[in-house]
Amino acid sequence: MERITEHPILGKIKKGREVRFTLDGRELKGCEGEPIAAALKANGVMIHRYTAKQHKPRGIFCAIGRCTDCVMVVDGKPNIRTCITPLKEGMKVQTQYGTRAKAEVKDK
Amino acid sequence: MKRYDLIIIGAGPAGLSAAIEASKRGMSVAVFDENARPGGQLFKQIHKFFGSKKHKAKIRGYKIGEQLLQEASDNVDVKLNSPVIGIYPGKEVVVRQEDHIFHYKADSIIVATGASENMVPFEGWTLPGVIGAGAAQTMMNLHGVKPGEKILMLGSGNVGLVVSFQLLQAGCEVKALVDAAPRIGGYGVHAAKVARCGVPFYLSHTITKAEGTDCVTGAIISQVDEHFKPIPGTEEHFDVDTICVAVGLSPMSQLLMMAGCDMVDDPKRGGQVPVCGDYGETSIPGIYAAGDVSGIEEASSAMIEGRMAGICAAQYLDFCTEDEKKESLKTLLEDLDDLRQGMFAPKNRGKKIEKTEEGIDISQTLLTKGHLTREEAERFPGVIHEVGVHPVIECTQNIPCNPCQDACPKHCIQVGNDITALPQIDPDVQCIGCGMCVASCSGQAIFLLNEDYEPGFASVTLPYEFLPLPQKGSKGKALDRAGQPVCEAEVVNVRTAPAFDHTALLTIKVPKEKMMDARFYKGLGCTEGVEK
Amino acid sequence: MIKANDRSNKMAPFVPAEDDDLIICRCEEVTKGEIRKAVHEGMYTLPEVRRYLRCGMGLCQGQTCGKLVKGIIARELGVKPSQLEAATGRAPMRPTELKIMGSEKGGA
Repeated sequence: MERITEHPILGKIKKGREVRFTLDGRELKGCEGEPIAAALKANGVMIHRYTAKQHKPRGIFCAIGRCTDCVMVVDGKPNIRTCITPLKEGMKVQTQYGTRAKAEVKDK
Repeated sequence: MKRYDLIIIGAGPAGLSAAIEASKRGMSVAVFDENARPGGQLFKQIHKFFGSKKHKAKIRGYKIGEQLLQEASDNVDVKLNSPVIGIYPGKEVVVRQEDHIFHYKADSIIVATGASENMVPFEGWTLPGVIGAGAAQTMMNLHGVKPGEKILMLGSGNVGLVVSFQLLQAGCEVKALVDAAPRIGGYGVHAAKVARCGVPFYLSHTITKAEGTDCVTGAIISQVDEHFKPIPGTEEHFDVDTICVAVGLSPMSQLLMMAGCDMVDDPKRGGQVPVCGDYGETSIPGIYAAGDVSGIEEASSAMIEGRMAGICAAQYLDFCTEDEKKESLKTLLEDLDDLRQGMFAPKNRGKKIEKTEEGIDISQTLLTKGHLTREEAERFPGVIHEVGVHPVIECTQNIPCNPCQDACPKHCIQVGNDITALPQIDPDVQCIGCGMCVASCSGQAIFLLNEDYEPGFASVTLPYEFLPLPQKGSKGKALDRAGQPVCEAEVVNVRTAPAFDHTALLTIKVPKEKMMDARFYKGLGCTEGVEK
Repeated sequence: MIKANDRSNKMAPFVPAEDDDLIICRCEEVTKGEIRKAVHEGMYTLPEVRRYLRCGMGLCQGQTCGKLVKGIIARELGVKPSQLEAATGRAPMRPTELKIMGSEKGGA
């Protein structure tokens, strides 16, 4: 939906093959090797986590692995910087609440 | 513990350049970079660079990156996904690789870690949808994903201006460009190409709120007083989904500090920087700094600084003689000095400049609205009127850049030895209308005018970097420098060529009295400022 | 001119401000008001404020808020930000798990 297919300077954008992954149990499609954050953005996902103290939503902020705002639980591991972690087939991505995935969110 | 003659931290423009020079002189070099790809931020830079030929001017940033990697590929060992987590006494460098910590011993070190983006806090700034300008570039230019649909840009420095234009190229809508300063901070030519797409500039304004609960759904800006305080009652709302922050960069100099180098907080260099000599020598013999980490400048300067540091490190360990070093540094220092001239030079940061070096009044509209007025344009040496086809160069500030001079096969454009001088047109040389100057101008400030295209009509040839490319014969509106429609226009020619490097040359036919207003084209059926 | 670390500096009492709720340190969710108050409670230097409030001690290690915190402290003290000593640069410069910190290898 928000992917750029052809660019006036860069031409056709080269991407990896289409792969499936899940976000909180919901199946989504992305391109292999692109950052998880890019795949989420292309699927219209804005919220990556809720903060520990104020429970406020956060998403992509610096996109180069510095600010750590976009961290999520990936394949069970929390605090993964999704903006620099490449997407792989079958990845299990979960919204992070504080430092863990929400207990109620059950994957299929 | 593995030992290297030289360890370089950061594989961006400075680090790679340093590695090339050092390994050329026989040093064993390791370059560590925390990212998965080398090149630092160069691969996000899809615009043509400024400078002169030796600075790789008019080449797009990502292509300069490719050239640099090519040059480095033979004998430079770049270790990716390898963040350096510390530098200890005795030049011991500690690196995280995979799931382990490795210790390396260096006999010399070049720190080329670059910079991080500054931020400005406002209500709602933690909401998803508020992003750094670098993040926008990363998403659209590296990963092919739009950062948002409707965007508000905060910051009118070169980063804010360049990224705004790139957002338009990616098919996003830029609703406004906002800066608390009373004047635009970046190059006027960068501002002008954004303004002619219809993006309004709000100087002396600041964002007071990002609206939304789960993510950004709007933004409120207010005018500010002379103390940068928002003035109540001046609020204006924008319907945007993304707020892009481009308020400057800060050197990432923590490693140098940890290494024990003398540091200084120098606002002109962007913050905490090492105390260093002309070639990046820090207070610790054998440790050098190059690129943004030693003071915020352009990638072009970073590449020169990197080369200088690489040569210094080589001489420090006797891989070249003092004489060889002096010889090589002399030319590099001159090249660097060329880039540090003009009204945007580091030494002029914060100064209010009213006149060009030629003594011409600088356009105030350009500084506040992002574009010249027709009347102002006429007072600059690149704007002339002649029978037949000729260039009109709306380059009105002293910036270090001269590709237009070399581009013209007839040598009708002169900048001279001082590359910050405003370009002039030799009236005795007949322009052949080839358009090389139009495509070569990194600031997209050159147009070709044929004042006698047809009775009552003139043609304007303009640089065009958007999709879809209008077809010859299609009709639409000519837009003025502020992006406002001025008249009907017909596309009479569309030229693309490898030599133009993705800048298409669009020739539109307009009534003769509008030829000094028409500076952009919008096809019919396009609802927004730019064709989608 | 007032010295940055002058303990005899008689500051005006803390006055609450409208924007005290503004988050400054995004990682540790420390507000502007908390930082301002800390200065009035005797934390005059960046290292002191960091230890007192944890601002700049989160995942991003002060990458995002460092300059902002410095500015707020300087303003409260009535000095220029450049007069304040920078926060200490220390390892690890990037977020590193303890498991990895504990897995040292000589060099490859």
